[in-house]
Amino acid sequence: MAPLLQSSQPWVEKYRPKQVKDVAHQDEVVRVLTNTLETSSCPHMLFYGPPGTGKTTTALAIAHELFGPELYKSRVLELNASDDRGINVVRTKIKDFAGVAVSSGQRQGGYPCPPFKIIILDEADSMTEDAQNALRRTMETHSKVTRFFFICNYISRIIEPLASRCAKFRFKPLSEEVMGKRILHISNEEGLSLDEEALSTLSSISQGDLRRAITYLQSAARLFGSSISSKDLISVSGIIPREVVDELFAACRSGNFDLANKEVNNVIAEGYPVAQMLSQIFEVVIEAHDLQDEQTAKICKKLAEADKCLVDGADEYLQLLDVVSQTMQALSSSMQL
Amino acid sequence: MLWVDKYRPKTLDQITVHQDVAQNLKKLVTEQDCPHLLFFGPSGSGKKTLVMALIRQMFGASAEKVKVENKTWKVDAGTRNVEIELTTISSTNHVELTPSDAGFQDRYIVQEIIKDMAKNRPIDSKGKRGHKVLVLNDVDKLSREAQHSLRRTMEKYSSYCRLILCCNSSSRVTEAIRSRCLNVRINGPTDDQIVKVLEFIGKKEGLQLPSGFASRIAEKSNRSLRRAILSFETCRVQQYPFVSNQAIPPMDWEEYISEIASDIMKEQSPKRLYQVRGKLYELLVNCIPPEIILKVIILSQFLLIFSVLMCDLYYLVSQRLLYELLKKLDAELKHEVCHWAAYYEHRMRLGQKSIFHIEAFVAKFMSIYKSFLISTFG
Repeated sequence: MAPLLQSSQPWVEKYRPKQVKDVAHQDEVVRVLTNTLETSSCPHMLFYGPPGTGKTTTALAIAHELFGPELYKSRVLELNASDDRGINVVRTKIKDFAGVAVSSGQRQGGYPCPPFKIIILDEADSMTEDAQNALRRTMETHSKVTRFFFICNYISRIIEPLASRCAKFRFKPLSEEVMGKRILHISNEEGLSLDEEALSTLSSISQGDLRRAITYLQSAARLFGSSISSKDLISVSGIIPREVVDELFAACRSGNFDLANKEVNNVIAEGYPVAQMLSQIFEVVIEAHDLQDEQTAKICKKLAEADKCLVDGADEYLQLLDVVSQTMQALSSSMQL
Repeated sequence: MLWVDKYRPKTLDQITVHQDVAQNLKKLVTEQDCPHLLFFGPSGSGKKTLVMALIRQMFGASAEKVKVENKTWKVDAGTRNVEIELTTISSTNHVELTPSDAGFQDRYIVQEIIKDMAKNRPIDSKGKRGHKVLVLNDVDKLSREAQHSLRRTMEKYSSYCRLILCCNSSSRVTEAIRSRCLNVRINGPTDDQIVKVLEFIGKKEGLQLPSGFASRIAEKSNRSLRRAILSFETCRVQQYPFVSNQAIPPMDWEEYISEIASDIMKEQSPKRLYQVRGKLYELLVNCIPPEIILKVIILSQFLLIFSVLMCDLYYLVSQRLLYELLKKLDAELKHEVCHWAAYYEHRMRLGQKSIFHIEAFVAKFMSIYKSFLISTFG
């Protein structure tokens, strides 16, 4: 096989916005950061929100815009979850980097170059509590020359003392409209043809996660060529077609155990991932308006239990069968009331 | 040579069952832009066949010259040295291994050995450094840590080698790995497809197939092509020319399990439990995976025998009220049985000794069934 071609660069990287103002849908953050660019001052920042909403992109973009390519290496330290970030790293690497003095602010080559360095801690919620505690004092003592950017999914996992030292920004999931615009832009650039239906499917299956949407788009383009239908996207994403889920649920409603057993066998033979199945059953149950609260609660509880078991490595067939049988019982219990 | 191997499609063009997938894979390879791949689907659906054909498509006939090696690696694990023995199947361009064979040491394999292999890249005729393909089987059996290290390995060495991962259930593969691969779902072939393949083999072997015979084999195979072909060959050995009502022999261990199941249905007592234990041990000693014993077989046998039994009961009981009652109990019992099967299988996964959990399930079933009998018939 030939060496890597240009095309194999992930589109997620290729189309990552390079400037803060290009970041889609996060107006509040963009406004604050553009302000930073003008005044060259900024607080410690804490970005949080669901995956694929632009947190890392924003942090990298601001760093690049502040320092430009030349100074970037010496002024910015990026650490993410795959690097070792135990308490030792905080004590040595981060502290050393934070302590280095920098020359006072002079514009260099059109970049503001403010007199501080930036440490970007990606996926900060996976840092241990000890490591976070060790950061507290470092942040304060070096606040003259260093700014910290924390990026995380769950703000509740960041200890309160750290969170209170930062300006917090929540990143919202992208609306379908914004996502559609971005996807269209990419597909135009790559010469793909995407119909209306495929576009809306892509927005709905990626649930506000732009990275996921772009990854699906790229996989589909690789596999099916330049014209992509919504069916292609569904098969790439591993989402189970709605009909299959509906059929299974209908079997639960029928109250016939043997029929349900057959359906479950079918799902397993088709090779659909059961964890995905559970989350889609969950959607169906939530949307079904004819259920009583108690029934919904019972089914959801079972779904959660089965999901835990699957994570532990339990057998897919048995778990799904159990879920289906309990759902059936919950559904039939209403008829007697 | 077994028919399963004899008639295994060698190239992507020969593949009949998953033609659409094969064509898509071919397109991927011809564009020379092959991402990491993750194949998932039930056993006997043709994952391996597809992978082998794909590799052949990439490297040509040289991929078929494989050698089996039993290598020992010494891995430096900080405080001590670990020795890992592993069987690999390799050609000049690809290496195939099952990292979960190393048990709890699978992490080292993923971290060290794959790195090692990725470094030795073959040089093609033009002097260019080509790609290596690593096929990893049973990735769903990898431990959490191994999967996490795999994630970094995949990114780091993506320019040297391509990973092809195979597994049965993608639920057990972490999201991080799934999102780095192109996921390909391989469904089990439908009965019609199996029939077609069997007829094709029959024609090649010059056999006379009575009508309906192939479809009966297909029905029994649980949508696994491998099993269908194997039992087809067994039938051929047992009796030829075929007669249309020839019995299709089940696997001997399956027969054994259904024997156990009917034993349990006949009598529920500690003594019977003791006898059953002996039989279960025998199965385990013969390397039948415990989860399979518990899973499809015992459960489905129970459900099957149970239905037959209940039919008899319905037949005997003519009173309307009792009939309805029985019907309800029948369904309830089934719900209960499958709930406990799921429960004990989960426990078996967490625990170490599988025999305890299978036996617990058997005992539980006995008690449920007994109390059902007592409550119905007094």
